[in-house]
Amino acid sequence: MNIAIAMPEIFLLSTICLILLIDVFLREDCRMVSYLLTQVAVLATALLAYGAMDGNKTTGLNGMYVSDDLAGVLKISILLLTFGVFVYARKYLKDQNIWQSEFFLLALFAVLGMLIMVSANHLLVVYLGLELLALSMYALVAFNRDDGRSSEAAMKYFVLGAVASGLLLYGISILYGLSGKLELTEVLAYVSAQNVLENIPLLFALVFIVAGISFKFGAVPFHMWVPDVYQGAPTAVTMFLGSVPKVAALAMLLRVLAESMGTAQAGWAQLLLVFGLLSVFLGNFVAIAQLNLKRMLAYSTIAHMGFILLGAMTGTTDGYSAALFYTITYAMMAAGGFAILILLGREGFEAETLDDLKGLNERNPWYAFVMMVFLFSMAGIPPTVGFYAKLSIIQAVMQAGYLWPAVFMVLMSVIGAYYYLRAIKMMYFDKPEQDAPIKADLDFTVLISVNGVLMVLLGLFPSALMGICSAAMVTSHL
Amino acid sequence: MIPLSHFLIVAAVLFAISIAGMIINRKNVLILLMCVEMMLLAVNLNFVAFSHYLGDMAGQVFVFFILTVAAAEAAIGLAILVVLFRNRRTINVEQLDAMRG
Repeated sequence: MNIAIAMPEIFLLSTICLILLIDVFLREDCRMVSYLLTQVAVLATALLAYGAMDGNKTTGLNGMYVSDDLAGVLKISILLLTFGVFVYARKYLKDQNIWQSEFFLLALFAVLGMLIMVSANHLLVVYLGLELLALSMYALVAFNRDDGRSSEAAMKYFVLGAVASGLLLYGISILYGLSGKLELTEVLAYVSAQNVLENIPLLFALVFIVAGISFKFGAVPFHMWVPDVYQGAPTAVTMFLGSVPKVAALAMLLRVLAESMGTAQAGWAQLLLVFGLLSVFLGNFVAIAQLNLKRMLAYSTIAHMGFILLGAMTGTTDGYSAALFYTITYAMMAAGGFAILILLGREGFEAETLDDLKGLNERNPWYAFVMMVFLFSMAGIPPTVGFYAKLSIIQAVMQAGYLWPAVFMVLMSVIGAYYYLRAIKMMYFDKPEQDAPIKADLDFTVLISVNGVLMVLLGLFPSALMGICSAAMVTSHL
Repeated sequence: MIPLSHFLIVAAVLFAISIAGMIINRKNVLILLMCVEMMLLAVNLNFVAFSHYLGDMAGQVFVFFILTVAAAEAAIGLAILVVLFRNRRTINVEQLDAMRG
């Protein structure tokens, strides 16, 4: 037993319980205190996760838990993204009159689930982390309880999410029956001794596991929940859902498929290839038809997840690091994009259609510029980071010998650029339909500016983050 | 002694029925929740059968965790159902179409 290996998670869990307790004794108008405590807890956990990074791979808790640089990088990005999302969410919750501490507490539980998934070295731990994340997310989506769309979205998310965990569990049970093991390193030993393409039961298990993982990404054909949930959920929740859990989904893919079944890459690569290409196609085409900005960003998410799956599909160190780089930077730009939506909202008004973006440049040139950077980055236009992220994925795909998929990805990115550019055109060349002043607190303004500037800086100097990503892969022997 | 394959076939049939139930059912959200439970129970049957035939306890421990999580899941699912009914006055699957596109 080596309990210290789970220090960040244990710390986070104890602080969540503490904040829950403190919150009970706080008066209505002191909600700010629990918000501040939440932010401190997130940052302190990030520090602990940073302290645990020592370049080695160690397992603990009877082999159920693993701590390595990959886990460290993933945890720190999850926690920092959460910090940013909370800053943005505060304005939304106040504007929409749902300023409750439960939002932050549920989100913290989701974060705890993600951290557990990231460090899991056992299929049971993967499952428990996943469920902790999923159950908190269902409740968060239904957070605005007087809004019919919010609860409808939650119901859809719940049913489809439960099916996805069912599929994943069915796959895990078959894998357990075949190998007799649940620990990921022991599964690896079993899988390595098999010829995957001839072992039909193993392939059968793999199909179910890949389906469960693809659902968490929201990749085609398991994307049905994404648009409805993004549109129906309160924007603050959409922002959280659309950014942070993507990192955890990648972590699950890396741990379960890449690490413990890396030798069976031939078995799952084809599935991921098909899912990825379908996502890139469908996401970009259907997004063109959307007038609701949240729904448009949902379809754009599907397309981006396709890129990530294609990067991971290659099974090479380059591919995995490109996918990690893409996920982290995508989560940053998605959070920023939704933050602008929150910024455009005000008390009693929620911005969610494309028309709300009209004339943003006249209303506030700086925010219009920042939004343009986010949209350029999502479209993959240099010098923003989205360009480099797409480039490194396409490079990895080509190096792995998939020429036509790479060409297809480039073509689809060009088509995808249309709807991002349409939004930019509306911001800069259309007349504003409303002239209410755009107000935000100082922390919001500073963070959204930093977020926007980072998109350009990371695009100009990507090697720092890319270096961290590939170093993390090397210590995990991926 | 009943062979392992019999258990696996029963579990697979249960699993398939629960998926079919979700796809065919167009009336009531509650039936969807029941299908979800049945799906998890099919998986549990798989785990217990494998665990018994492999002589390995880990599978049965896994089942305990799945049962616990399923209970939590049912609680959240029913809570969402109540909120949904309060807002919409219906739990008909076909009428859950406020968002399109």
